[in-house]
Amino acid sequence: MTTPLLSVENLNVSFATPDGVVRAVTDVSFRINTGETLGIVGESGSGKSVTASSLLRLNNSVTASTSGKVLFDGTDVLTVDEDEMRRIRGQDIAMVFQDPLSALNPFYTVGEQISEAYLVHHPKASKSDVRTRVLEMLEKVGIPNPSKRIDEYPHEFSGGMRQRIVIAIALINSPRLLIADEPTTALDVTVQAQILDLMKDLQQETGMAIILITHDLGVVAEVADSALVMYGGRVVERADVMSIFSVPTHPYSWGLLGAVGSLDTSTRGHLATIPGTPPSLISLPNGCAFRPRCSHQEGVESKCANNVPVLRPIEGTSSESACHLADHQLVSIGQRSSRS
Amino acid sequence: MSTFSLEVKSLVKYFPTGASGLLGRPTKEVKAVDNVSLQIADGKTLGVVGESGCGKSTLARVVTRLIDPTSGQVFLDGQDITSLRGQELRIARRKMQMIFQDPYASLNPRHSVGQIISAPLRVQGIEPVHGVKTRVQELMELVGLNPEHYNRYPHEFSGGQRQRIGIARALILEPKLLVADEPVSALDVSIQAQILNLLENLQTELGLTYMFIAHDLSVVRHIADDVAVMYLGKIVETGPSGSVYSFPRHPYTTALLSAVPVADPTRRGRSGRIRLVGDVPSPVDPPSGCRFRTRCWKATDLCAQVEPPLEAVSEGHFVACHHPMDPVSN
Repeated sequence: MTTPLLSVENLNVSFATPDGVVRAVTDVSFRINTGETLGIVGESGSGKSVTASSLLRLNNSVTASTSGKVLFDGTDVLTVDEDEMRRIRGQDIAMVFQDPLSALNPFYTVGEQISEAYLVHHPKASKSDVRTRVLEMLEKVGIPNPSKRIDEYPHEFSGGMRQRIVIAIALINSPRLLIADEPTTALDVTVQAQILDLMKDLQQETGMAIILITHDLGVVAEVADSALVMYGGRVVERADVMSIFSVPTHPYSWGLLGAVGSLDTSTRGHLATIPGTPPSLISLPNGCAFRPRCSHQEGVESKCANNVPVLRPIEGTSSESACHLADHQLVSIGQRSSRS
Repeated sequence: MSTFSLEVKSLVKYFPTGASGLLGRPTKEVKAVDNVSLQIADGKTLGVVGESGCGKSTLARVVTRLIDPTSGQVFLDGQDITSLRGQELRIARRKMQMIFQDPYASLNPRHSVGQIISAPLRVQGIEPVHGVKTRVQELMELVGLNPEHYNRYPHEFSGGQRQRIGIARALILEPKLLVADEPVSALDVSIQAQILNLLENLQTELGLTYMFIAHDLSVVRHIADDVAVMYLGKIVETGPSGSVYSFPRHPYTTALLSAVPVADPTRRGRSGRIRLVGDVPSPVDPPSGCRFRTRCWKATDLCAQVEPPLEAVSEGHFVACHHPMDPVSN
């Protein structure tokens, strides 16, 4: 068996705050291979962004405490020294953030900002080489007229174009893993489609792996190979993308899929909802974090209230789910809910 | 004859811009809403969709008279409210209320929920029969909040609950028309569904008319009877939502619909998918003729010269395009 490009094992991240300890990420494990796209889905506060920033050790080192392993190509990112970490960031693993306006510095031209990312890892490169490389990159991410636009400032670009610049910064060192944290959430839908296409094209060209963090199940369905569903800081379902949409195996996934409106349905009937609100990460409920909002606990109430369900393979599917319901129940309700 | 709750005729809103020098006068205009006409029948929902900068929020603000139109007329319940001032406008506003996008910014953090929801009563100088508190608590119950939380402050509520507070505030004057500007776009998916269901229940219960503004096409599909698609300040296509969604005729509508990610991986890479190139042009200097022509793959010389009028293609379905798409199902 080949070793995965990135393997995260039992990642735990908590933050000390004046109100108490926020358990942002609990026992998260996943793997991703070269060329693959993994979607991480969840609502606000589910721990998806903290998971992503832990992979690059971007969490506040004073308040955050992290345990577990993040093995990138065999190296544990969580234990390497700061110099090595600096080499990994940008060179091996790069990140694209949600808001392209705040990710760019308004005082520097986009050319300078893209060059900076390159020069960090190639300090000896000559000025003209760097410029050629930046122009190439701008061309690649689809900025028209790059030789003129390289000397412009971020405010002269539209939202979609800015996100292309941010992607150019992330990809100029040809990283092997790209982490994109809600890369299209701030963009209009026609521009979102352009950016997702661009990321897919660049992935085909370079063979990089992509971790795509999103709250939009539609985006996952369009671009991911496999998906993690997160809730209350834990992974509640892990599956390939076909299974997660055809036979979801966690009540929370059923709810999420039901709550998404569709362009096809002409019926104006009620959307399925998940009652209540996500739990506070400071005081998670005992047992299953989803229990207070779950309507499928018959027969397993005491288990749900007392034991935290662990991620386990579900018989008859290729999915893993963290739910106490029996396998056949999960599968049959999942099939029903995905058809409705 | 059907009655219209809201009727908008040739509405125009230009914002002056481009002032130069110390005493420079504005030399240009942002054509935010340019000659928009629409009607919403009693008890129905009109969804207004479009990308950022298309003028949908400006339209909402002009309709509710939060800003004054450059020209055109707005009729609410048959009454021309375009030039109302002072006391008259205040009374007209009892019939129309607004729900805002951001449930954090639209509630005063220093006011308790009771004060927030009852604010319209104070503004209008209305004293409810059974007292303010009883009335507020009735509304809290109606929108699914616990009436005992009357004295709590906004920070004690989640995003979805705050949006319920905003809805209660909008309903306390028993308006006919609710203008909702992106009411669910700041909320998580599972909470969005709760709020959409609430809005639907309230419409049935209270006979409300909605003007529902959103960029999310699937949300509008779910809630609207009719839909109007805006691009650069103009309505490019409008009609019953079944007809517009299933048989879009304007190339922009078609492209917009095909850009929406579908939560179904088996339909990935489906054929006939349209990718628009480039961005929306500036509304300061919109393209001549058809405003969509710079991004349109069907554009001809005619499109650059003549602005296409909004014409009927089927019952109630209007399109502003010289070369509409064939009515094949999307």
